[in-house]
Amino acid sequence: MMLDILVRSVGIVAPGLTDWPSTAAILRGEVRYRPERLPRLAPMLLPPNERRRATPPTRLAMEAARQATEAAGADPRTLPSVFASSDGDLDLIDRLCLGIAQHPVALSPTLFHNSVHNAVAGYWSIGSGCMEPSTSLAAGDATFAAGLLECATQLATDCERILLVAYDLPGPPSLDAHRHFAHPFACALLLARDQSQHALARIALNASPPTDPAPSGSGEKTADALPPELEAMRSGNPAARVLPLLLAMARGHAGTVELPYLDGGTLNVDLGFEPHAE
Amino acid sequence: MSIEPLSVTAFTLVNALGLGCTATLEALRDGRSGLTHCDLPEIALDTWIGRVPDLESAPLPAGLEIFDCRNNRLANLTLQQDGFDREVERVRARYGPERIGLFLGTSTSGLEHTEAAYRRRARSGTRDLGDDLRFDHTHSNFSLGAFCRSRLGIGGPTQVVSTACSSSAKVFATASRHLASGLCDAAIVGGADTLCATTLHGFASLELLAPEPCRPWGRDRRGIALGEGAGFVLLERIAPDPDRPALLGYGESSDAHHISSPHPEGLGPALAMRAALERAGLAPGSIDYLNLHATGTPANDRAEDLGIAHCFDRPPRASGTKGWTGHTLGAAGVTEVVICLLTLEHGFLPENLNRGERDPDLKLDVLEAGIDLEPRIVMTNSFGFGGTNASLVLGYPG
Repeated sequence: MMLDILVRSVGIVAPGLTDWPSTAAILRGEVRYRPERLPRLAPMLLPPNERRRATPPTRLAMEAARQATEAAGADPRTLPSVFASSDGDLDLIDRLCLGIAQHPVALSPTLFHNSVHNAVAGYWSIGSGCMEPSTSLAAGDATFAAGLLECATQLATDCERILLVAYDLPGPPSLDAHRHFAHPFACALLLARDQSQHALARIALNASPPTDPAPSGSGEKTADALPPELEAMRSGNPAARVLPLLLAMARGHAGTVELPYLDGGTLNVDLGFEPHAE
Repeated sequence: MSIEPLSVTAFTLVNALGLGCTATLEALRDGRSGLTHCDLPEIALDTWIGRVPDLESAPLPAGLEIFDCRNNRLANLTLQQDGFDREVERVRARYGPERIGLFLGTSTSGLEHTEAAYRRRARSGTRDLGDDLRFDHTHSNFSLGAFCRSRLGIGGPTQVVSTACSSSAKVFATASRHLASGLCDAAIVGGADTLCATTLHGFASLELLAPEPCRPWGRDRRGIALGEGAGFVLLERIAPDPDRPALLGYGESSDAHHISSPHPEGLGPALAMRAALERAGLAPGSIDYLNLHATGTPANDRAEDLGIAHCFDRPPRASGTKGWTGHTLGAAGVTEVVICLLTLEHGFLPENLNRGERDPDLKLDVLEAGIDLEPRIVMTNSFGFGGTNASLVLGYPG
């Protein structure tokens, strides 16, 4: 079963990657990648008191989401959303568990209500005033592919456009020793069903189990390799598994991009740039 | 924009009322609540909980010990009830493991296991949390999905939804979309959530925890009683049978209001209920029974009541069932779906246990006693922190 969708716009935040146009230039090899620290991100959509208290995952993910919606000129109030993150806010988990291990237990209510995996999605809906459906999912290292599949099924059944936001970021040392993320990374894709719309790329998805030897995508496999620093970013964060897809999009290379899925299987993304022949 | 009904071919649950559907049904008929005063080690809170007995002595199958934690134990115990394992075997043979999807909800996953590692570290003074943390296999959000995938031999699309207290309701929508998109022919949906110190102390810090058995929808309600539970439902894309219950509709929405307080007018819940009715192709008047979210906090029940008033000219028969099971958070959605399936199968609507005095500010009246009535169409509501809302319609198709 192939699911056809359009990528209308991209938002991206990671060390040295500040938006889609400059990231695309890096991926095309026009500009050298420099690993710079993340700037302090301010989620301007939130009211000032919430903005000050916003957690790092909320800042990271809302910035990527803002970029993608603004680049497409989309009204965020009209967009259903899928937030895909393997482990959400490990810093909050650490602080909650430290409080639990104390006598007497010390636990702040704000810390607790921000600890739900869908807190980031909640702040996005509050900030953008969006009452559309939103889900928050996880699939370990396959989280990006699972989020993309979820969006494709929503476009096939429920909606015309949808916002996919994938993010993960390193936790504090105690937890990083057990679940390591190399860099913070967030990416947002505004995806659409209507084939007639302007788009950066057209993609078709096919989930293949690990036993299936031949990708069933129609295009050639793209042979493009990421620069070493970005390959380290890709392999060090489930959200950054999107990078090979962004690389092929930036270079305009049609073909099949394999995204890691579950149990060694792949989600094959057949990437193209021409509108479908009707 | 109605959806194709999805046949429910198996279901099961475990919670404080006992193991399997019969235990829950008998407790609902006999008027026996699962709530007891909190007796968990390490927890010094004056509150009532819905605890699953003997989870501590219910180990995982050989070969899957790496997943061992309270939450996965609860899931494992639940899969053994009501012949659910056998039904999974049947669909594996019929469709092949790659054509079966797995969509599970949890709010806290194996957080309880990580809490224990932090406590051990505080006592021993070591630096590391210890090798027994096994974070990816216990606490990571996907742990429950990875465990059940291995345990059941499933190879199809799999994800864990973690949207607080709507998690295991939203997986029914996820499953419906994956099935309709042709990515699988059958789907195992459900979820599990276990009691842990973070949720008990967290709700206490928000002053949302009742110091007594919770009183959902009652005038004197003072907050929630937490519980733990799990449930699983098998959905198949087969020709609708008028004698077999089906998932008929789902609706989701966001409050866009506050992280831990509901929309004051209940607009988010109203949008979810309307969308579920629309997908089921049904008018509000067709709902024979509504299982309320009804957590027992003053604000939640008021918002839900207003949401229902936005949707229904004449409110349906309704009850909240968290006075029986406690609020099982990420497992509440599937727990209440299975209770709804039991009402369809056995023709019995449970009372809204422990309501006490009627709240004159709530328009909807709830069932003060269980009644023998055979509903055809039922609805269940699940709402959560982050302003996430889900409503599901189940019933006999056609």
